Amino acid sequence: MTDINKKFLVGVYDDDDVVLSAVGKLKNSGVKIYEVYSPFAIHGMDIAIGHPRTRIGIAAFCFGCTGFLCALLLTTWTMGIDWPMVIGGKDPISLPNYVPVMFELTVLFTAFGMTISFFITNGLGPTVKPLLFDPRCTDNKFVMAIDLSKNKLSEAEIASIVKASGAEEVSIKQL
Amino acid sequence: MHVTSPVRTPLVTGGKTYADVTEDICKQVEGKPTKEWKVAFGISLAVLAYGTACLFWTWWEGLGVWGLNKTVGWAWDITNFVWWVGIGHAGTLISAILLLFRQKWRTSINRAAEAMTIFAVICAASFILMHMGRPWLAHWALPLPNTFGSLWVNFNSPLVWDVFAISTYFSVSCLFWYVGLVPDLATIRDRAQNKVSKYIYGTLAMGWNGSSKTWARYEYISLILAGLSTPLVLSVHTIVSFDFATSVIPGWHTTIFPPYFVAGAIFSGFAMVQNLMLVTRVVYKLEDYITFEHIEMMNTIITLTGSIVGVAYLTEFFIAWYSGVEYESYAFINRATGPYWWAYWAMMTCNVISPQLFWSRKIRRSITWTFFLSVVVNIGMWFERFVIIVTSLHRDYIPSSWAMFYPTMFDIGDYIFSFGLFFTLFFLFSKYLPVINMAEVKAVIRTSSEKLPKKISGVSKADRLASPAYKKDAE
Repeated sequence: MTDINKKFLVGVYDDDDVVLSAVGKLKNSGVKIYEVYSPFAIHGMDIAIGHPRTRIGIAAFCFGCTGFLCALLLTTWTMGIDWPMVIGGKDPISLPNYVPVMFELTVLFTAFGMTISFFITNGLGPTVKPLLFDPRCTDNKFVMAIDLSKNKLSEAEIASIVKASGAEEVSIKQL
Repeated sequence: MHVTSPVRTPLVTGGKTYADVTEDICKQVEGKPTKEWKVAFGISLAVLAYGTACLFWTWWEGLGVWGLNKTVGWAWDITNFVWWVGIGHAGTLISAILLLFRQKWRTSINRAAEAMTIFAVICAASFILMHMGRPWLAHWALPLPNTFGSLWVNFNSPLVWDVFAISTYFSVSCLFWYVGLVPDLATIRDRAQNKVSKYIYGTLAMGWNGSSKTWARYEYISLILAGLSTPLVLSVHTIVSFDFATSVIPGWHTTIFPPYFVAGAIFSGFAMVQNLMLVTRVVYKLEDYITFEHIEMMNTIITLTGSIVGVAYLTEFFIAWYSGVEYESYAFINRATGPYWWAYWAMMTCNVISPQLFWSRKIRRSITWTFFLSVVVNIGMWFERFVIIVTSLHRDYIPSSWAMFYPTMFDIGDYIFSFGLFFTLFFLFSKYLPVINMAEVKAVIRTSSEKLPKKISGVSKADRLASPAYKKDAE
């Protein structure tokens, strides 16, 4: 983790609607939010915080193209070049017959490539220790973390804004 | 942020809070195995042991122990294979196609249905290995460099397409399932009391913490995976049907096969989901999550796909007559009136007539009827594959080669093996992994349900505040 030895202000919310509107309120008050942790996806949260749009779709498209080209190479090279064979009176390279294999490999490469990229970009892995500001964020609470070093406002000011936005608890956590 | 119109019945009843969802689902994973579970698991292990013994003998002696003969070279093996693959279609349909259609009722059943898919495909694959007779040469179906030239596999063959389709389907289904499990595994990790389960679930949860960035990407890749799985699931049974449709056997050589097989697959898959979920819901007390609405929705899909299958049967028959090809006509008349007439009429009754009973709302919402008719549908779908495969083969081109197929105890024993395997895997899943997707269910329950009037949540505010789960939550 790059955020070691940093002071975070942690606000715990009870409701997804409240935390989403709180993000807007905090941003209007000039507070920079580090991240919000929730037990399920809150639509629009990443946009509200201001995270850039994910580019994983582009990666998926590239993996798909790789899969398609690999399949094209595999089928045409084995059937038409390495050991050409006439089967059922068809040309050694008869592309319509290879469509199923090309489709399957395209899907296979896209799915695995994209999911592996997903794990890598999120820093997820079997030995990764989760960065949890409050373990209840995987159960029923919505946890907002604010990096105090990146905010101009004082700790007390931020705490009062967070409280006013509907947080149930406010605490300070040192990482 | 899920908004439901007040006129709609809620997807999850009982006025559950987020904490209730976690508690209700995790309870099953965290507790010690119950007596019922141990008994059921023991029975399925015994069945698996018997089946394994039969399978061992099948491989030891060779396929001669089956009832196959020179004329009928495919019978129970391929029937069982197609049957299991068909069952394996419901999970992806529920999680992928219903996700694309924004059908939020899928959230309560998708986890178990996807697990069922994976286990059904494993069972299907076991029949592929069995019917090879020499399973140690199974890798010959893959395009691997070899010492014969290299002599490559034939990419013009539907059987090779099948190898690619089934293995892709299996691996992508596992992936989709696992990605969906990660947030729930993190929930279990954060609640785990002992070190061993914290370590195991922690490793599987991959350090998930539910940050908004992760969730945004998660939603994004779920959508793409659903978009990929939708054509994938349709392609799998299409290609399975090509195994038959591209041959020149009367009764197989028809262009109707792909849509007809896909509809049949969804039909039998939903029936199997019903069977499993109706039991799981009672044993795990999940009546608030898998409500009568869910049961009714699935029964509606069963009626729809059952009707498509019925239309396909009639179309097939009509075209066989209308084509004027006497061999084709004979194949169908022989199905209905020949020595296997009972299998044909079993198929017709179970698949075409029985699902029509679901037009009655009372039957559609009845647990007993749903369970019974789902079993009937699966019996019917097994007979459909048996009818297609055996009745088309047993009348060979030359009448002197005509033959009958009679199963031996090894045909039956190998089928029993697949049941043992399926239920063993399903029981392990239902004990050690959350049977309901907690994260997705939390996203569809009404937020702050304790604030809702009783009319909608089904529970008054006073009852809600008095419930032990709420108190625990408040503490």
